[in-house]
Amino acid sequence: MSLGSQLLQYLFTGITLGTIYGMVALGFNIIYSSTGIINLAQGEFVMLGGMMMIYLTTIIKLPMVVGFFLSILIVALMGALFERGAIHPLKNPSVITLIIITIAASILFKGGAMFAWGKETFALPAFSGEEPVRVLGATILPQTLWILGIMAATVVFLIFFFGFTLTGKAMRACAANRTAASLVGINVKTMVLLSFALSAAIGATAGIIIAPIALMDYNRGTMLAVKGFSVAVLGGLGSNVGAVVAGFIIGIMESLGAGFISSGYKDAIALVVLLLVLFIKPGGLLGSKEKGEFKKF
Amino acid sequence: MKKKNLIVLVILAGVTMAIPLGLGNSYYLNVLVFVGIHSLITIGLSLLMGYAGQISLGQAAFFGLGAYTSGILSTKFGVSPWLALLAAIFVTGGIAFLIGAPALKLKGHYLAMATLAFGYIVYIIFNQASSFTGGPSGFGQIPRFRLGNFLFKTDVHYYYLVWILVIVALLISLNITHSRVGRALRSIHAGELTANVMGVNTAKYKIQIFVLSAVYASVAGSLYAHFITFLNPSPFGFHFSIVLVTMVVVGGVASVWGAMIGAALLTILPEYLRAFQDYDILIYGSILLLIMVFLPKGLFVGIFDLVKKRKNRQ
Amino acid sequence: MGSILRIEKLEKSFGGVTAVDGIDFEVNPHQIKALIGPNGAGKTTIFNLISGIYPVTSGTIRFKEQIIDGLKPYIIAEKGISRTFQNVQVFEDMSILENVMLGRHCRTRSGFLAAALNLRKTRAEEKRIREYSLEMLSFVGLEAKRDEAASNLVFQQQKLLEIARALATEPELILLDEPVAGLSVPETDEMVQLIYRIREIGITILLVEHDMGMVMQVSEEVVVLNSGQVIAEGTPRQVQNNEAVITAYLGERETENANYTKS
Repeated sequence: MSLGSQLLQYLFTGITLGTIYGMVALGFNIIYSSTGIINLAQGEFVMLGGMMMIYLTTIIKLPMVVGFFLSILIVALMGALFERGAIHPLKNPSVITLIIITIAASILFKGGAMFAWGKETFALPAFSGEEPVRVLGATILPQTLWILGIMAATVVFLIFFFGFTLTGKAMRACAANRTAASLVGINVKTMVLLSFALSAAIGATAGIIIAPIALMDYNRGTMLAVKGFSVAVLGGLGSNVGAVVAGFIIGIMESLGAGFISSGYKDAIALVVLLLVLFIKPGGLLGSKEKGEFKKF
Repeated sequence: MKKKNLIVLVILAGVTMAIPLGLGNSYYLNVLVFVGIHSLITIGLSLLMGYAGQISLGQAAFFGLGAYTSGILSTKFGVSPWLALLAAIFVTGGIAFLIGAPALKLKGHYLAMATLAFGYIVYIIFNQASSFTGGPSGFGQIPRFRLGNFLFKTDVHYYYLVWILVIVALLISLNITHSRVGRALRSIHAGELTANVMGVNTAKYKIQIFVLSAVYASVAGSLYAHFITFLNPSPFGFHFSIVLVTMVVVGGVASVWGAMIGAALLTILPEYLRAFQDYDILIYGSILLLIMVFLPKGLFVGIFDLVKKRKNRQ
Repeated sequence: MGSILRIEKLEKSFGGVTAVDGIDFEVNPHQIKALIGPNGAGKTTIFNLISGIYPVTSGTIRFKEQIIDGLKPYIIAEKGISRTFQNVQVFEDMSILENVMLGRHCRTRSGFLAAALNLRKTRAEEKRIREYSLEMLSFVGLEAKRDEAASNLVFQQQKLLEIARALATEPELILLDEPVAGLSVPETDEMVQLIYRIREIGITILLVEHDMGMVMQVSEEVVVLNSGQVIAEGTPRQVQNNEAVITAYLGERETENANYTKS
């Protein structure tokens, strides 16, 4: 393989990875915007989506399409349940409390998955064949096209949902100003519940589409959450455009790093980026620094 | 320090020093050595989390840095374990300073994620830098502590070594919490900006307490390395950072006593949960979730408050 | 001796919004001076700039002829400026005495090591901190409640506690942000008496307040702000008769009414 086509290959891999990270970041953003919570269990939604899909289609043998939507629905319900059970009852929680609760939830989801499906790694057949497509000496798996397509569909859905539906607009209103939103009659608590469900659904989607490429086991969630969070911070927490762009940046950096530097350290790349962004420009690429000043008093 | 604390400390010292007379070199004593090692870390972590209100999700990394620095220096460079422990304090403290200075400017979730990322990076390095660390399979034959001709080799020896250090750490921590510095730390927790306006150099105190908590973890790491005499990366990952936070939270985040009780509970409990094997993770998660939702001040402090309330009512 | 606080061409903008727009004024030693103006005039922003919470956009702040803008809040406290807050900021989990003792922080020295070893000089210092703080508590009349949690205090007492804590830092200038807002008439009178007593012990006072009766009674000089600019300055009597001031306040009343009809 020539250097050119090798580069192209890494680029494709990076874009695939980046799409997934971007989707995890979108999940972070949705909950963060409506509640100010960073949900450290976000990665578990991805894992649960993948595992649920594998269970429904390869073990129960439901058709792919049914399994796809059913998995998303189940995980969304789990997200809602988590909100009702552990976030909703809290009165004036501190940030530390919230962080620990989402960690506890992530442990429980992980433990539950291990309990249900054991520690083995599972595979999911690709959505439409495994025959790679050749492009300029590099290859693309059909699944990559599915991943890109579903990501695009998700983004379009989110734009439509937040921009044109009443519920979506109400959620945005809660994000902008909770007090004002409740004054105009929006049920903030319901919107928080919805944001957890929606965020879980997007996480699950990411888990389903990556399962055929990456395999899935109960322990995949944490690393995906950390990388998704790195992406969300690089893009600027709360910025969805930022999440998509930063996803590609980190995905490509990771695949180039794994190819040219060291595959052992590839997982550290996103983390180093995260630390650098936090230390140098915590607002991220598309966030603003001034914003924080108003909130202090 | 208040009289009450001093009395409890003296009783604790008496009891801990007497325990081996009853237990001897048994399995239980071995568990108690671990309770001591974990207590050292959680006492430091509770100063950071409970008093100064700063979270660390990377405390296992400092534990690991202490263990690896001590282990590598004494095994590969022939440094005496005592000197290695001392060197590890400086290495870990130095790294904590370098990472803490920028990280502690961050608040809440951002600080949590920065420390988490740091912890992960250190863990990846433990796994990958195999020429020093032996990679995922680790390395052994770490020398034990020695005082003149006396070699620390049995559980009883290590028990005394560890618990004397725990009591010293407790004494130091209690002194700090009841001092001008402790007050400053608590004011940071209560309202960082107000504390700053009232004349507290908040940035300096946050870094100092962060470094101190890392030093406690480092000492615990060195003790671990020279006790087990074998190191691999798995005890120093994200999972253990969470276990440490759980210990502190279970006991009650704003109390060094609570931190010790938490360490004791969550070190002893899994020994009884062996039957559950890997599913102890489910139990950890449930304990953590239930306590945070229903007793956010922790078991120890929560029960203490309840008793107090009842007394007041009578 | 000249002014204790001199503010020149002070500007602060947040993003594109200019909150303080080229302000000049001085405070003389041992004076009681008030900053007044409609909501959003920039009064609290000026306090936050003086105490170093916000960086200034341009202009200078001098304390005893020394430039203090750009310094960290805790250094400004060390130099001798303390303050209270509009929405009371006591340390709720700490006892009342501990709150005041925190105010002594910048006048004492014991660090981590001394604290860890609990040296004799540390204990002696801690005793001095306690004594001085008790004095401050009795100055504001809260000494009986010293061991209660600060969160148990009623609003007025929390305001007194904030003042005791500020006094414990041994300030030469104290900034009081709405000291009588939310207080009843008799409580307001007590506060006014306390402010006079603070001045008697040699401390200069700059306050922000909406209660015009109180401002006109207690202040020797008043600075009137509107939209981030000084529109009048002088004795209470001069200011009350100033054309621009009257329009600014009437203007506010009209917009307030407009807001009521809208909602």
